[in-house]
Amino acid sequence: MIEAPAAGAVPTASLVLGNTKHRSRIRQSRGERIFGVVNVVILLLAVAITLFPFVNVVAQSLSSEKYIDFGLVSVWPRGWDVSTYGLVLKDPTFWINYRNTVVYTVVSTAVSMVLSTMFAYAVSRPELKGRKFFIGMAIVTMLYSGGIIPTYIVVNKLNLTDTIWAIALPGAISVFNVLVMKSFFENLPDELLEAAQIDGLNTYGILLRIVLPLSKAVMATMILIYAVGQWNSWFPAFLYMDHSDLYPVTVYLRNLIAGATGAQDAGASADGNLTQIGANIKSVTMVLIVIPILFVYPFIQRYFVTGIMLGSVKG
Amino acid sequence: MSTETARLRAGGGGSSRPWYRNWQLYTLLILPVAYFVIFRYLPMAGNIIAFRQYMPGGNIFGEYWTGFDNFKLFLADPGFWQVFRNNIVLGGLALLFGFPAPIILALLLNEVRNRGFKRFVQSATYLPHFLSVVIVAGMIMQLTSLQGTINHFLSTVGIDKIAFMQDPGWFPAIYVGSEVWQTAGWGTILYLAALTQIDESLYEAARIDGANRWKQTWHVTIPGITPTIVTLLILNIGTFLGVGFEKIFLLYNPSTYATADVISTYLFRVGIQSGSFSYAAAIGMFEALIGAILVISSNMVAKRLTGAGLW
Repeated sequence: MIEAPAAGAVPTASLVLGNTKHRSRIRQSRGERIFGVVNVVILLLAVAITLFPFVNVVAQSLSSEKYIDFGLVSVWPRGWDVSTYGLVLKDPTFWINYRNTVVYTVVSTAVSMVLSTMFAYAVSRPELKGRKFFIGMAIVTMLYSGGIIPTYIVVNKLNLTDTIWAIALPGAISVFNVLVMKSFFENLPDELLEAAQIDGLNTYGILLRIVLPLSKAVMATMILIYAVGQWNSWFPAFLYMDHSDLYPVTVYLRNLIAGATGAQDAGASADGNLTQIGANIKSVTMVLIVIPILFVYPFIQRYFVTGIMLGSVKG
Repeated sequence: MSTETARLRAGGGGSSRPWYRNWQLYTLLILPVAYFVIFRYLPMAGNIIAFRQYMPGGNIFGEYWTGFDNFKLFLADPGFWQVFRNNIVLGGLALLFGFPAPIILALLLNEVRNRGFKRFVQSATYLPHFLSVVIVAGMIMQLTSLQGTINHFLSTVGIDKIAFMQDPGWFPAIYVGSEVWQTAGWGTILYLAALTQIDESLYEAARIDGANRWKQTWHVTIPGITPTIVTLLILNIGTFLGVGFEKIFLLYNPSTYATADVISTYLFRVGIQSGSFSYAAAIGMFEALIGAILVISSNMVAKRLTGAGLW
């Protein structure tokens, strides 16, 4: 249904634009027209496959469990039931964990941004003696990581377990992000920075009052990259947090899911009244975790693409 | 302009100043360097416990030397080689199917003339990239559960229900399928960027020579993005062993260990859950070394062939 007008619109548009648009299809053969239609159909199919799991989760979150148990819910909600949302939202652990996610995201994004900016700016300055050494020091960690076991031991030894720092510190600097920021800083006009220096601004003043205001786009990109990463993260918390009221909501969801597979870990924070966690409850939790991401999605998409392009330009 | 710059340089800016006059710049490095030392280099040094006996709560560098005992132990352990094999199979399949997917998608998108439609497809297919792996795992489990859509579909066409998540035979397909689902859309970005760099006059010339759209794609478009394809292929080969630990950890269970257990999940269970830290560190070191060798050598190949690498 949908593909017919879309496919029809394609040749018309290119005929109108015929002479100016690249690869005009004035002498469009029958085969090419068929290809145009098939192409749109294939892409719509790809979109359908990509979106189906989302639609399915939303449908299940609004369906009554009976219908889900009979495998009747795929695209549309069956046995309309919004009370599951009430059930999840009434669970105090869910709220505590959700608030933890917000706090962890804000704090660790701030830590990451401060550390990354300081490092990227310092190594972007040609007058920094030994900058090759410092850059090398960062890049080595991209190639060879100590691994999970020694990192776990170090975090434990520093007594960071059960604190926010176990989440915010070990992965605070992403070297890839630092390299993107560094190449951006390097491309700022030198004259501007030197003029600021002559005007009596010291290094900190230049960074805060000249460089950062000129780098809003790259800073916004980095904030989003770090924040989305932290919002979605669950493993460090799973590894380093021992109490359910310290979990982020991703670990809350993980425990709901793991309960269904019979995996280990008894610290599940599910509502005690529920002997078996229904698919609708899991779906509601998933929806509630994804909603903020969808909310910022238009920005994320644009900025992330900018970030990835900046990263690849730097060769 | 140039005289002004010269004046500014004479005024004391630039690199002519002795290093200690830039001390403020060095203060910016204190915290980040401390971070690298504590959270990146200390764990690297901590790998020494692969050669020493570590006691929980004791010295992070271990108590006494054990030499290569841990390495000998896991290299002689058939369980290790099983997960090693699984690792190569899952990583290899993910590369085999996950690598071409964004190229095909980008080529199809490139043929779309309607900008709105193109943007719509991009927005939709980028979405999975931004999901938490926990959400992805949750979606996979619901879709593949006995009450899930896939089994419902199977039963309507008269096929018996399949317990996908309990069947080791299905795990590679589920893992690889979900990887493709998550990465195909996002992976198009670099290809789409490369596609916009192709010289318009090449298409013009091809058309004058009578090339139809298919021939234009074959002789202009694909050669135009070949350097990008080669670079990304080599870099992906370099990292193919680094399979998605978190996703596998969320999706697997004892009944699927036969195909799902990989090096990282194995050493996590052995090390952190069972407490054999030194033994697990030895395995981790082995894995990290292979990974580093693969990345460095593939980067060298990429640089030699295409002039572009990771660094």
